[in-house]
Amino acid sequence: MEFVVSQILSGVSLGGQYALIAIGYTMVYGILRLINFAHGDLFMIAGIILVYASASLPLFISIPLMILLTVLLGFVIERAAYKPLRSAPRMSVMISAIGVSYLLQNLALYITGGQPKTYPRIPWISETITILGATTHIVTVVTPFLVIALVFALTMLINHTKIGIAMRAVAKDFETSRLMGVKINSVISVTFIIGSFLAAVGSVLYFTNYPTVIPMSGAMPGLKAFVAAVFGGIGSIPGAVIGAFIIGICETLIKGTDYSVFSDAFTFALLIVILVVKPTGIFGEKTTDKV
Amino acid sequence: MKKFFAILMALVLIVGCFASCGGNTAPDAGNDGEKVVRIGVFEPASGDSGAGGKKETLGMQYANSKFPTVNVGGEEYKVELVYADNGSDQSKAPAAAAELVGKNVSIVLGSYGSGVSIAASETFKNAGLAALGVTCTNPNVTAGNDHYFRICFLDPFQGTVLANFAADKFGAKKAYCLGELGNEYDQGLVSFFKTAFEAKGGTVVSDSFPTNSSDFSSYINKAKNEGCDVFFCPVSIAYATQIVAQSNSLGAKFPILGSDTLDDNMVLDAGKGTDIQLYVSTFYSEGGNAEFDAGIKEYINTNSEALAANGGNDTISAVTAMGYDAYCVALKAIEAAGSTDAGAIKTALAGVEYTGVSGEIKFDATGDAVRDTAYIKAADTANAAWKFETQQTAA
Repeated sequence: MEFVVSQILSGVSLGGQYALIAIGYTMVYGILRLINFAHGDLFMIAGIILVYASASLPLFISIPLMILLTVLLGFVIERAAYKPLRSAPRMSVMISAIGVSYLLQNLALYITGGQPKTYPRIPWISETITILGATTHIVTVVTPFLVIALVFALTMLINHTKIGIAMRAVAKDFETSRLMGVKINSVISVTFIIGSFLAAVGSVLYFTNYPTVIPMSGAMPGLKAFVAAVFGGIGSIPGAVIGAFIIGICETLIKGTDYSVFSDAFTFALLIVILVVKPTGIFGEKTTDKV
Repeated sequence: MKKFFAILMALVLIVGCFASCGGNTAPDAGNDGEKVVRIGVFEPASGDSGAGGKKETLGMQYANSKFPTVNVGGEEYKVELVYADNGSDQSKAPAAAAELVGKNVSIVLGSYGSGVSIAASETFKNAGLAALGVTCTNPNVTAGNDHYFRICFLDPFQGTVLANFAADKFGAKKAYCLGELGNEYDQGLVSFFKTAFEAKGGTVVSDSFPTNSSDFSSYINKAKNEGCDVFFCPVSIAYATQIVAQSNSLGAKFPILGSDTLDDNMVLDAGKGTDIQLYVSTFYSEGGNAEFDAGIKEYINTNSEALAANGGNDTISAVTAMGYDAYCVALKAIEAAGSTDAGAIKTALAGVEYTGVSGEIKFDATGDAVRDTAYIKAADTANAAWKFETQQTAA
């Protein structure tokens, strides 16, 4: 019993953390049709910023500062690496994204000198509690609720604000909304800002559970979150969240069995199956051919 | 204009490439005409094992600052360390090895991590270079070749020592083993531990995790659920810190046993202030040689780069002591050869006998050091320090 509860708790919390990254992927894809490969690395950089910021500043200053810097970095990446390629073929933007990803990883390698960095202990959420005999961090319990609250806020933003309407319009038809006077560049910037904000929050939750930051820390969660976004139907926010929870829980459950070696293989096999059987994912929109 | 700019940028890049390649082809003479012998340092400065590689290199740098010259056939030669980063990656290792060969080194030290040593072995062999492994404990590093030597003990020995320790100290009947998929070091140790532990009448549950994992909670839960008495994880430092921290948060009560890789102050930091029981087998225990301890602490504390390489404090890692010994053994070999020729040094190295800070060093027919005891250290989590537990033999 204790074992099962503990596994499910880890799975739910892992799923929540993937969800926060997956939203960033899915929003950018929805608007730009771009898979932002640098997103996982932005998540890792958020972790590293907090490691260094908390060394000299108290946490109540360093956490907001970290979120601010991560958002700023996300904004700068879009302006510097994607905006100049707006009219270039989609493949060029994707290659630029891969370049940014490597740049961030190697920058982190240079800054940390290859040493694993220990994430600061954040009061309250890193304390341990016992639920039905299973011991875990408070963050594990907080994560799913926080994710649901953030997704709710995000849905409200998209459905009921002016910028939300603009985002939906741009996602629907890039060219027409530009003709209708929607400021494309600011809509895209806002998308990146929201995505980076969620990645920053996700990094606090993730690294509180797994408190070592290395330059490759973002690679695996980034890839899994991408699979989650595709699984749920890329472009759909509820889809990304549900996909992330499914992947997080399945992965943790498989690791608890005798087939633990196959936990990652399962995630990526799932990606292949989804792409073959239902390429648009669970909640994906049907693509209509425009003539 | 745009085209011109693009061409200009491309040219700048090309010139940059050439600039970084130049200057390495200098003959065996320093700036002021003094004779130089080069020792290659083949260590990871990045990747999973970057932290360990830096600490091992630190020992060599300290030794180099203490013994900057060597007497070769009656002449004083300046010893220069030449570095190549193998990135803890078996696919990058041969290129890093070739880089050292290209820089005319006379002997190579390293690497931390057996996998990269094995991957680079062929490159050193073809160049006629002797390589001296410092803490690469996998048997395949030296087996079946005459150019790779090492000064540390081997994994069959280490695995057995830890299995004995688990059985003797904790009366363990069931052990959980965890290693990284595809990592020869981890998998080798797990299998040797398993053989020795089962020979003692115990049972073993073993698992492997994929590279770049950071979630170990499932494995720890499984070990708890299976009722294992000890948790054996001979993994890289970055994973070990996660395992220690997550065991604590999951309230795991079993002792964690680690191999020489876990003997690192990053791992200690992860367990600081917790009630985790952590034991590691290692090559050297702080306090074993007072003169060396004092010297290296002073070196670390007066040099900010060394302090950063050691993870920000002056706890002495066993790999640092081993790096120091390896450098001294290499100097002995160069002296014995009486030449800076790689072939002569290779021949001389086999016969070197040396008493280092980590004990007697003497090579057997395969090129392995003859060693029969390992130190077991326990983590003192209240003070984030290692304390000497016992000396364990394989018998």
